Amino acid sequence: MNRIALFVPLVVFAILSLFLLKGLDRDPTELPSALVGEPFPSFTLPSLANDQEILSERDLDSQVVLVNVWATWCFACRIEHPMLNQLAAEGIAIIGLNYKDQDQQAIQWLKQKGNPYVFNIVDAQGSLGFDLGVTGAPETYLVDAQGIIRYRRVGVVDQRVWDDEMSSLYQQLVGEME
Amino acid sequence: MIAELGHFALIIALGMALLQSLVPMIGSFKGYSSWMRLGSSLSMGQLFFVAISFGCLAIAFLNDDFSLKYVSQHSNTALPDHYKISAVWAAHEGSLLLWALILAGWTLAVALFSRSLPLVLTARILSVLGAISVGFALFLLLTSNPFERLLPMAPMEGADLNPLLQDIGLIIHPPMLYMGYVGFAVPFAFAIAALIGGQFDSAWARWSRPWINLAWVFLTIGITLGSWWAYYELGWGGWWFWDPVENASLMPWLVGTALMHSVSATEKRGVFRSWTLLLAIFAFSLSLLGTFLVRSGILTSVHAFASDPERGVFMLMFLAIVIGGSLMLFALRGPAMRKVAAYSGWSREVMLLINNVILVSSMTMILIGTLYPLVADVLELGKISVGPPYFNFFFVPLTVGLVIAVGIAVFTQWKSTESRLILSKIPVPLLLAIICGGVLPFYLATEYSFSITAGLTIFMTVWLIATIAADLIDKIGIDLKRVAKLSYSYLGMQLAHTGLAICVLGVGLSSAYDQTRELRMAPGDNAMIAGYEFNFSGVNPVDGPNFTAFQAQIAVTKNNQLVANLFPEKRHYNAGGQVMTEAAIDPSLIRDIYVSLGEPLANGAWALSLQVKPFVRCIWLGAVMVAIGGLLAATDRRYRRRKKIQANNKVAL
Repeated sequence: MNRIALFVPLVVFAILSLFLLKGLDRDPTELPSALVGEPFPSFTLPSLANDQEILSERDLDSQVVLVNVWATWCFACRIEHPMLNQLAAEGIAIIGLNYKDQDQQAIQWLKQKGNPYVFNIVDAQGSLGFDLGVTGAPETYLVDAQGIIRYRRVGVVDQRVWDDEMSSLYQQLVGEME
Repeated sequence: MIAELGHFALIIALGMALLQSLVPMIGSFKGYSSWMRLGSSLSMGQLFFVAISFGCLAIAFLNDDFSLKYVSQHSNTALPDHYKISAVWAAHEGSLLLWALILAGWTLAVALFSRSLPLVLTARILSVLGAISVGFALFLLLTSNPFERLLPMAPMEGADLNPLLQDIGLIIHPPMLYMGYVGFAVPFAFAIAALIGGQFDSAWARWSRPWINLAWVFLTIGITLGSWWAYYELGWGGWWFWDPVENASLMPWLVGTALMHSVSATEKRGVFRSWTLLLAIFAFSLSLLGTFLVRSGILTSVHAFASDPERGVFMLMFLAIVIGGSLMLFALRGPAMRKVAAYSGWSREVMLLINNVILVSSMTMILIGTLYPLVADVLELGKISVGPPYFNFFFVPLTVGLVIAVGIAVFTQWKSTESRLILSKIPVPLLLAIICGGVLPFYLATEYSFSITAGLTIFMTVWLIATIAADLIDKIGIDLKRVAKLSYSYLGMQLAHTGLAICVLGVGLSSAYDQTRELRMAPGDNAMIAGYEFNFSGVNPVDGPNFTAFQAQIAVTKNNQLVANLFPEKRHYNAGGQVMTEAAIDPSLIRDIYVSLGEPLANGAWALSLQVKPFVRCIWLGAVMVAIGGLLAATDRRYRRRKKIQANNKVAL
């Protein structure tokens, strides 16, 4: 009986390994999202600047936009934020998806750090985040003028990610539109 | 040419490690003492070649050899030389090479300082360490070669080191952390050697104790440095984020702490033997698991600067072999757990058991919190992220329990303690703690606001320090000269526990009394926070070696007396185009004034974050005391004396 107890750690580790192995297949940062090539999920959610105003997926139409999932509780978003400010300054339209956050804190954040967003969708319950398959913040989606998701980035968008992976696709999508 | 030399040296080191893993082990079974003795020469050779390899990579960085992919990605001609050196371990490949170098270093240290151990045991320990080296050398050569060339299209200029990493804290943080992670390979190897040989006596525990302490000291320093770096470099005043990578370093630390305590019971009383072995295996396994989590990109984290699923598969195989193999060995050969009725109620054994239960529970809940998003994803339960509220919910009560237990434990003795004795010692510290915890918050409320958290924090700190003081007075009276008579391990323990109390004080009071205001300020504007007046006089452009910056000037005064002039910066790095916030801090033991510069606003105004953080420095002060305490205990006289006696015995034979 006592000897059997000695096997417990081994069994626990074996189960853990199975999850890790499965988790590798699902690697969120390396696999393209199932949503790439699909239309942006439909939603009706309030705007951060004005909670009387209701936004929907139609507000994304007719231009190429970045949809950036962020929150004030998200540590990596602090690092990403200056890059978003820079992109916005270059004239790129960024839509914020304020994910599971407090409105007041989010407004305060934008006041302090600058506001790179054209507008912000308030997703306090995480329902749109769920439809998008958000694994955590930050995440960034590139959505074309027809409202189709063309690219997904899990984690921080920095200068390198932008230059290597996103910039040329963005230009191409803008080109398609014209 | 130099890069090829480094690559070649690494291949030779792999060969050395392979021999080291096989020859002494086979020798130990066959009884060939010459084979067993070969272990220490091989470990010397291995260190030599890994060091050459590491040196070659460092030279490539100093020479700006951008034909190397790794150098071109993480360096730049404008980067100052000391950052070129630290850039060697700024990313995955170089970190692993540093890891291999440190492992070779620990291995040689074991070979040199274990001459008094039985030859069979030393041979097996070195073999196990050699086998781990094989794994890392293969990992480097097969998936993460830092000497990969970008020929014939070598770039003229490098992409530059991530500015977050251009900092003194980041020069020393990773090596310290790795010293700790890799250091746990030594007790791990001791445990495996003991399992193979079937010898788990108290001599085994005594031999492994200084190694456990040393590895743990390095890990403590490494984590402390990481937290300190995050505090001043990330620019918003936080010092712990429950990020997966931080959790990955905290888990082996918690288990290592449990191991330090349980091995003392194994040494002194011969109890908890299988538990100690298991903890030794866990501590190193969690270090490896941490590496896996960081390097595979399986979890999203700010620290995952480079991740790659192919490496993940290799690491997982390596984990399966090392952890699965050692747990299998443990299951087959571990000492059967027995009910030992040799201790009772208030004994030190029971208190150490409580310590272990709390520490391992803390580790388990962090492991669950870290892996839960992954498990939920695999089980199709939806995408879930676990945040600080979860961790704080469990960690805070566990820490409170731990602190109370540490205070009682100091009065207990091995085997059993009369409850009358303990009950007679508890009232004074308890009363003191209740009075301080009940009164001081009202006094502090005049400066800050009233806080129950602060009361609880002060209660815990006073309780811990008062129990330690009471025990010291018991031992030596009030004659401070007699401190010299106390053993290093006793002093180390008391210092480390005092450090814990100080650290708790820092954590509790800085969260209770923290005052933060985020403001729009135009030149000439004033703001008042916690009695300090902040005067913003404007922003000037300044130039650094590889960045340009906006620098704000803020004068802080209290009662019209100048406290400090602070110069927070917003830096723009030329090569990568990244923007970094450089906070300005006026430090003191009782409070930090922390100012960081936000975005420029209209009409010359800027967004500013002004913070007053009472007692925040105690967090790191306490942690440093904890580390020094561990170091003191590791250098206790009896570890050295024992060796001398054995050396003498050998001569006599």
